[in-house]
Amino acid sequence: MSSIQDRVIEIIAEQAVLEPSDISLDSTLEELGIDSLGLVESIFAIEEAFDISVPFNANEPEKSDFDISSVRSIIAGIERLIAEQA
Amino acid sequence: MKRVVITGAGTINALGADVPATLEAMREGRCGIGELDFPDVDRLSIRIGGQVRGYDPVARFNRQQLALYDRFTQFTLIAAREAIGQAGLEFNGELAARTGVILGNSGGGMTTLDENYRTVYEEGKNRVHPFVVPKLMNNAAASHLSMEFNLKGPTFTVSTACASSNHAMAQAFQMVHGGLTPVMVTGGSESMLCFGGVKAWEGLRVMSRDACRPFSANRNGMVQGEGAAIFVFEDLEHARKRGAEILAEVVGFAMTSDASDIVMPSKQGAARAIAGALRDARVNREEVGYINAHGTGTAANDKTECAAVADVFGAHADKLMITSTKSMHAHLIGATGAVELLACIMALRDGVIAPTIGYEEPDPECALDVVPNEAREAKVEVALSNAFAFGGLNAVLALRRFA
Repeated sequence: MSSIQDRVIEIIAEQAVLEPSDISLDSTLEELGIDSLGLVESIFAIEEAFDISVPFNANEPEKSDFDISSVRSIIAGIERLIAEQA
Repeated sequence: MKRVVITGAGTINALGADVPATLEAMREGRCGIGELDFPDVDRLSIRIGGQVRGYDPVARFNRQQLALYDRFTQFTLIAAREAIGQAGLEFNGELAARTGVILGNSGGGMTTLDENYRTVYEEGKNRVHPFVVPKLMNNAAASHLSMEFNLKGPTFTVSTACASSNHAMAQAFQMVHGGLTPVMVTGGSESMLCFGGVKAWEGLRVMSRDACRPFSANRNGMVQGEGAAIFVFEDLEHARKRGAEILAEVVGFAMTSDASDIVMPSKQGAARAIAGALRDARVNREEVGYINAHGTGTAANDKTECAAVADVFGAHADKLMITSTKSMHAHLIGATGAVELLACIMALRDGVIAPTIGYEEPDPECALDVVPNEAREAKVEVALSNAFAFGGLNAVLALRRFA
């Protein structure tokens, strides 16, 4: 499972223009300076990397069945989606 | 400066194939949004839109015309025939030489692009129809309109995404207002409802899968539409001399740029455009009875727009009516301001306010009178039409009841 985590952190780091080592699991996207466009772009990159579909509507992020409150929650969500969509 | 009035209106959109049908649908609060129907729709996750239905191009245009007219050009000509027919103008001599066409459009011939990409990329063919370029170019509709009606004055297309039509109509207003020409034909047209068009929008994750519910707390995004609306803007004296019927007066406009973000709207940019239009039109804010909102049904637009209106109007914000007819005809992108101007004309001339349908739950961040779900009768002196585009480009028009 750690490879999924590494890959997601890589994608988020690239979006935030940071080194992967600068990203902690407890970071929020806001802390990393990722805005709404950056978020949509990250989700696209994640979908492409893992060949999954992430249910996310920018109009109702809190209602989407995908928790973006921290890097940790994003990774957990992706692990779950990969398991479900495998 | 010349006073500018509207003496002709025409449209085709998801609510109707002409102005009377469209206004009737708006009065009844009917929804024109439904399941999309075009090739590969099953590969889309967004499958609803305000598509023009029951439309047969062959009944309207001959084979040679259809080889040159993308759907957005077809819609333009249908709307223009109605508008110019209502105005009762014939364009010859001096009038033809001075009258021009300014249209709003964002995507150009998106269906033509889509079909021909399919031909070369998917089917692997190495040859496309010779008219692909003249068919897809953004100015094709304005050019064909000028050719059909012999309009030889200033003619061009304005492309500012969702504000295209308002920018275009503001330009046309300015030309008549300034005395450059006694008549201008203006409005907008759009047809992006094809696989590639909707797929591109899907990527942004701002589209609703079920409905456009502007200002409602449970809104979840925008819905795309298609169609056109065309108007004849005319110098009041010119219109009076020939005894033309006057639908409404255009009294001013303003345009601003947020200069801040490519997609997120700004309250300041919107407020400056609204306040600017009032100033340009020399109307007091208390005179404004109706605003046709940009009201896309996205989380970001609706709350920002309501905050801008509250800022500009102060206590009067609670007295005016503000509705989003996108809930019915969906978002026509480059044509949206043109179709929405019809709702302003209905408010001013007929005293009927088109409702915001699909309204289910009040949102404290949009706590204005949005005329939920059912049309309302009201006498309105001044109406505004808002358009706030991606790219942070805003254009607001002000209209007055012509009595």
